[in-house]
Amino acid sequence: MKLYCLSGHPTLPCNVLKFKSTTIMLDCGLDMTSTLNFLPLPLVQSPRLSNLPGWSLKDGNAFLDKTELIDLSTVDVILISNYHCMMALPYITEHTGFTGTVYATEPTVQIGRLLMEELVNFIERVPKAQSASLWKNKDIQRLLPSPLKDAVEVSTWRRCYTMQEVNSALSKIQLVGYSQKIELFGAVQVTPLSSGYALGSSNWIIQSHYEKVSYVSGSSLLTTHPQPMDQASLKNSDVLVLTGLTQIPTANPDGMVGEFCSNLALTVRNGGNVLVPCYPSGVIYDLLECLYQYIDSAGLSNIPFYFISPVANSSLEFSQIFAEWLCHNKQSKVYLPEPPFPHAELIQTNKLKHYPSIHGDFSNDFRQPCVVFTGHPSLRFGDVVHFMELWGKSSLNTVIFTEPDFSYLEALAPYQPLAMKCIYCPIDTRLNFIQVSKLLKEVQPLHVVCPEQYTQPPPAQSHRMDLMIDCQPPAMSYRRADVLALPFKRRYEKIEIMPELADSLVPMEIKPGISLATVSAVLHTKDNKHVLQPPPRPAQPTSGKKRKQRVSEDVPDCQVLKPLLSGSIPVEQFVQTLEKHGFSDIKVEDTAKGHIVLLQEAETLIQIEEDSTHIICDNDEMLRVRLRDLVLKFLQKF
Amino acid sequence: MDPECSRLLPALCAVLADPRQPVADDTCLEKLLDWFKKVTEAESSLLLLQENPCLVELLSHVLRPQDVSPRVLSFSLRLAGTFAAQEDCFQYLQQGDLLLGLFGEAGTLGWAAWNVPTVRSGWIQGLSSLAQHPSALHFLADSGAVDTVFSLQGDPSLFVASAASQLLVHILALSMHGEAVEHHSPQGSAWPTCAQKIVGHVEESLRSTAAPQVTQALNVLTTTFGRCHSPWTEVLWEQLSPLVACLLERDPIPAGHSLVDLLLSVARSPVFSSADCGLWETVAQTLSRLSPTQAGPLALGTLKLQHCPQALRTQAFGILLQPLACVLKATTQAPTSPGLLDGTLGGSMTVDALLSSKSACAGLLCQTLAQLEELHPLPHRPSPWPQASLLEAVVTILQLCDGSAAPGSSVGGRLCGTLAGCVRVQRAALDFLGTLSQGTSPQELVPQVFAVLLEYLESPDSSPTVLKKAFQATLGWLLSSPKTPGCSDFGPHIPLFLGELFPVLQKRLCSPCWEVRDSALEFFTNLSRHWGGQADFRQALFSSEAPTLTQQLLRDPESYVRASAVTAMAQLSSQGLHATLASPEHPEAEQGLLREFLNILSADSEGFPRRAVVQVFTQWLRDGHAEVARDTEQFVATVLQVVSQDLDWEVRVQGLELAQVFLTQKLGQPGHCPYTVALPEAPLPRLRPEVLRTLCQPWLLEFAFRALFDCDRPVAQKACNLLLFLRDKTAPYAGTQETGDSPHLDSMEAALQRWQAGEQGQPLGDPEPEAMLAVLRSLDLEGLQGRLAESSDHVEKSPQSLLQDMLATVDILEENEADCY
Repeated sequence: MKLYCLSGHPTLPCNVLKFKSTTIMLDCGLDMTSTLNFLPLPLVQSPRLSNLPGWSLKDGNAFLDKTELIDLSTVDVILISNYHCMMALPYITEHTGFTGTVYATEPTVQIGRLLMEELVNFIERVPKAQSASLWKNKDIQRLLPSPLKDAVEVSTWRRCYTMQEVNSALSKIQLVGYSQKIELFGAVQVTPLSSGYALGSSNWIIQSHYEKVSYVSGSSLLTTHPQPMDQASLKNSDVLVLTGLTQIPTANPDGMVGEFCSNLALTVRNGGNVLVPCYPSGVIYDLLECLYQYIDSAGLSNIPFYFISPVANSSLEFSQIFAEWLCHNKQSKVYLPEPPFPHAELIQTNKLKHYPSIHGDFSNDFRQPCVVFTGHPSLRFGDVVHFMELWGKSSLNTVIFTEPDFSYLEALAPYQPLAMKCIYCPIDTRLNFIQVSKLLKEVQPLHVVCPEQYTQPPPAQSHRMDLMIDCQPPAMSYRRADVLALPFKRRYEKIEIMPELADSLVPMEIKPGISLATVSAVLHTKDNKHVLQPPPRPAQPTSGKKRKQRVSEDVPDCQVLKPLLSGSIPVEQFVQTLEKHGFSDIKVEDTAKGHIVLLQEAETLIQIEEDSTHIICDNDEMLRVRLRDLVLKFLQKF
Repeated sequence: MDPECSRLLPALCAVLADPRQPVADDTCLEKLLDWFKKVTEAESSLLLLQENPCLVELLSHVLRPQDVSPRVLSFSLRLAGTFAAQEDCFQYLQQGDLLLGLFGEAGTLGWAAWNVPTVRSGWIQGLSSLAQHPSALHFLADSGAVDTVFSLQGDPSLFVASAASQLLVHILALSMHGEAVEHHSPQGSAWPTCAQKIVGHVEESLRSTAAPQVTQALNVLTTTFGRCHSPWTEVLWEQLSPLVACLLERDPIPAGHSLVDLLLSVARSPVFSSADCGLWETVAQTLSRLSPTQAGPLALGTLKLQHCPQALRTQAFGILLQPLACVLKATTQAPTSPGLLDGTLGGSMTVDALLSSKSACAGLLCQTLAQLEELHPLPHRPSPWPQASLLEAVVTILQLCDGSAAPGSSVGGRLCGTLAGCVRVQRAALDFLGTLSQGTSPQELVPQVFAVLLEYLESPDSSPTVLKKAFQATLGWLLSSPKTPGCSDFGPHIPLFLGELFPVLQKRLCSPCWEVRDSALEFFTNLSRHWGGQADFRQALFSSEAPTLTQQLLRDPESYVRASAVTAMAQLSSQGLHATLASPEHPEAEQGLLREFLNILSADSEGFPRRAVVQVFTQWLRDGHAEVARDTEQFVATVLQVVSQDLDWEVRVQGLELAQVFLTQKLGQPGHCPYTVALPEAPLPRLRPEVLRTLCQPWLLEFAFRALFDCDRPVAQKACNLLLFLRDKTAPYAGTQETGDSPHLDSMEAALQRWQAGEQGQPLGDPEPEAMLAVLRSLDLEGLQGRLAESSDHVEKSPQSLLQDMLATVDILEENEADCY
């Protein structure tokens, strides 16, 4: 059993597990931090950006792809744990010869589609006149300014996929529900479990009859909108692959939400605008819910909230229809019937308005001061670029970063000098280390496998020994491009026995409670299932018909059955018996594995070991048979 | 006993003795017992029993166990004890073997009811009351009661167990009572049998290997030394201290907490103040043997003692400081603070305790910080007080808790992991840090303190309670920081700190958590109160949004926050901090605030903001706030009109306070003070007719008169005092004019009568001041004051009504029973 680690990013994992005869890819996250090396794509021509000296607009956004560690066309299935971890799917399904199936829950697929759609839309609506790729040549890259010259493996950076590719990739997905058992080729069974992190997010159990691997990726124990995490089903795992912990282990999400609200209110009360770069789904639902409770108390009822994204409308509406994937509180609202999320009311009362982009209706309704939620959190593309250019010059305005995926300082770099206030309130509801250690204590896997970042304190806080996974035995860590041999051996395989064959068995009790029976059968293996079937009757000599070739291939010729022997030979008694039968001059030697009885006169050796007995004599078949019969007297036959 | 009660008593005793008539509740019996105690204190118990034979009948009836409920049995035991406390009565009850029946081995002990804890408790309390005289001692010895008390020390009911232990001490003290006077400190072997028996039992328990037994013995001794301060206690200690010392040899030490209590009790006893009886050696030994958590309370107790060898004090202080020393040692690269680390060697036990588990670590640190906080203000605290090291330690702990410390050692790293985000320790440390502001700290450490405070005020992870403590500590440090004469009001750190503080304060005022907004407002109010006049502070304040945000919080959805915002705005306004904000362009700002406050007073749905507003108005009136001084009369009239409609009685009381202040300002201080020398002609000529007219404004008097008949007693009381004050002040003036029977007077009296009857309508109209004064004089205000001063249950409190009530309940129960058929 092996694990191929294709991604070094702990929250955007991509691992391939070879288990029994299957090849399973676990998630395919897309690390977009390389976009930070590019200039923003403005929606309207930005004189400032285009007049920057030196390196003008380069080719489109590019993304880190996988290494050539494994032939991706051999991947049988891809299991997706949440919508953030499927963003690289088109690259894999469309360009590698992949022919397998992708499994994911319905919300994961729908919201994942929205995220991809938004991404494609952001990139495609600002087409570039020219693109360059020669700079990726190592010799030229060396001459580029830092940090671009230090970027690794730029040759693997790819252009953004197209909507066709997205659609084609998504068509390969098969929808699954929590706790649904899916058979893969009869060899293993995979099951998604609720992970509590996002709508439809799942952990996966991959098990055979005697082995169980749990894949935990992006889980949360906080009470936010999704269904709570299913921990109990993770018990008794041989291996637990643990990825997607919180990226900001020192920040408590509750405190950050409070910080977000305070700063938002403070800015708006002073007449400033608030910009929240965010993804169109996920934490934004919780933020809107918090604001719903907060705006009246903070006297912000008259402040408009704008949510601008090509998929804003779909995102807000999708969230309301996935009732079965929500936490209990929200589920029960549906029966009242009420919309599970309060943003429905915000929209109804015109406090929250959503637009596909800044063009069109938005420009008519736009009123300041206001709060704008829009993408992309990297500040490199999407409507957010426009607002950064628009509001960046005034110190009254504030940009509040809530998504932890990008370094906010790097994201802001092309906008400097910046007068607007910047607040960093990363909200990451995924497991922190305290929760992980509780989880591991509860679930007790035999082995834990995790990215190497989790096995040591963060580099900036090397003294925080509490910010790492602490378990016994110590977790196995991996880094990008590692191949891990998972530390357990498969020892058993389940084989079924046909009823008529079982009927014919005659068990014999050899010890109290233990019976044995000899079985003569044909092992039939199909679809990774093994069945013992009754052997065909020996060919009737009278039958003139020739058996079909195929059958004779399948069934080996049955010979006359010899009895099986069991028991051990007590040497002293054996020697006495030999003497009684007229052998003399007997010598016994002890060896490491047993004894050698030497019949010097007859020049014969009897080698007695734990699991075998050999009689070695020169061409005296009579003597051998005599001796054999004497040996057999001491053994049980059946 | 008054005859009416005597008359009711037989019926009551019959009810109590009758098992078919259950007693309604325990409190009646408790009240009854209290009453009997009071009666027996005043008169002879013997006489009481002889005059009321029903009581003895009740007690003898109880001896037939099958007939009595446990409640009544327990009551009777205690009642018998109360009577037998007097020796003659004791003899009287003894004659009929009544006491032996109740308290002897053949009595209650054998009954099934003994299993009920109330009965056992009643038995002990009865014996406690009874044990007051030598005859009682003989009785105790003969009846075998002492042995029973020994066994009750381990009773499953904690109340019974504790009472048993108290009773033992009581018996011991009683039996030693005569001895100490006759012989000076007799040796143990010459003690009375009863005392010897108890001491023997204690000795045996101390030798026991079972921890509960040792605990019992230690508890008895602790109480003994706490209560009895006669010379014999010294002998007792001499006899027992070797056994106590032996406990220290065991591993683990049994009953550590009780041992600490005992040692402190002995050390506090005046008997041992001069004598050296090995006590200090034992304390010293105990300090070094106990675990850090257990040794802490002993160390603190030792340091609080007035007389105690210096060496021991040093050792105790070392133990208290040890956890902090360990923290410092684990986190600093170089040992820089000799004051704290000296003499605290051998802290491995402390380090182990700190690292063993998260809860142990937090517990020990919280305990240590609280103990040092307790020690800090004491005049005889250890000297030299290591202020600098303590500050360093507490700052380090706070840094460990928020993860900002960078410890150099592995122990420090583990501490950091253990303490990160620990709210309990954060609170304790901030409390102690606040306390440390009351002391001279080295100047170079002050910036560190402010830095860590700012970290906590800023951190999004600070919980509301932690934040409140951080605000309190910050206020402490700000107010205690030395003011330097020169160009600036404050020392060098403060202006810088204020510059950083206000943005944080603004953010906190916008917090989604109302507790945070409330504590931020409270802090802001206090800071403005003390520093409103300082130029640095004013500058920082004016360059911030804090006043605007505060004003916005007047409309907060949470009523506590609105109330705090009212107080804060009032504070800003009185210091001119609010007016200056608005004055150049908006001269109407002040008026706006007054209007806003009036609006809150009349429209706010919750009591707290309205109370806050009236309090502010009263203060403004006292201080002669500009807004009020413009037209005081109009102001008071408007406020009282609104207040009179208020449903919250505290608001109405506050309104009366406002009226009182108004009247006082018009008339001068109340003249009730018996020590002032009355100036004969003073009040009369000063009370001019226009003043009188002002005082007798219908709105003022109508408000006061209505309040007089208020259904809430505090309001009526306050109104009564107010009217009395007004009447006394105007009396000399009113005497000079005849009022006669005017139609005004009649209608007013009629109106008052209707108000008294509870009708609300019908205003007073616009009567003449003279008529008002006449009505004032016609009221029996003193009588009313007296009636109001009595508590509302004064009628129901008499013993007679108690007896009647108890009988009545039984009747009702009977009636109900009859109804059922």
